[in-house]
Amino acid sequence: MPDLTHLLAAQVPLSWYLILSVILFVIGAAGFLIRRNIITVFMCIELMLNAVNLSFLSFSHQLKNLDGHIYSFFVMVVAAAEAAVGLAIILTVFKNRATLEIDEVSSLKL
Amino acid sequence: MDVILFLVFAAIAVGCALNLVLQTHPISSALSLIGVMGSLAVLYLLLGGEFLAAVQLIVYAGAIMVLFVFVIMLLNAGGEKRPSKKVLRTAVALPLLFTLAGVAAYILATQAPRTEAVRFGAFTAGPYEVGRALFTTWLLPFEVTSILILIAILGAVVLARKEI
Repeated sequence: MPDLTHLLAAQVPLSWYLILSVILFVIGAAGFLIRRNIITVFMCIELMLNAVNLSFLSFSHQLKNLDGHIYSFFVMVVAAAEAAVGLAIILTVFKNRATLEIDEVSSLKL
Repeated sequence: MDVILFLVFAAIAVGCALNLVLQTHPISSALSLIGVMGSLAVLYLLLGGEFLAAVQLIVYAGAIMVLFVFVIMLLNAGGEKRPSKKVLRTAVALPLLFTLAGVAAYILATQAPRTEAVRFGAFTAGPYEVGRALFTTWLLPFEVTSILILIAILGAVVLARKEI
């Protein structure tokens, strides 16, 4: 089976990781725009953050440099803080409006 | 072996991400997001990020997603019932996003260096390396982060009070 051994020895190009990162980011952005449930919109933001982390780590591996890992680490810390505050905001919105529809929370709209 | 692992977990990540966007019930979306995070942790391991793979599973898939699932259950969030009114926005946004993805993928596929592939084990960033960099070069940002977390705790407590 020469094909299988060739496949087992093959290496993944850097661009595959970056393209996967782009695909995940675009899926997250599309979900952010088309979904109406606040919690799902928030999860789409987390998906975009994860996609960016993947590209940070790919570049870090390519450059043999640790800085991408540190950046990813800080992104995770900020995401955790953001999740805590954002979910508290969602709880408050639900308490005041009794809705999770993002279109109905539009008091700040012109 | 690298290629097979990459393809399997990239397919799981993209499938779970699509499921996240297409599901109407938030709890299904949350479980799909956990799938994305788990497969991304394996990809981090392939890229040598041992420490970040563990952090991804513990902090992201563990702590943050528990917070999400907890809020979903607390609010008793159901699926979206009415069809979306944002037809125009969707019709404009989706083609633009797919164009962005296509152009970015084309540029990456043609411009990224072809000679060097991602080899498993060529570069590892375990807890030792990351901790050393974090507490020497990046000490000030690390300490500023603690203030950020303190503010986030205070903000969450203030927002979750009864009076607002």
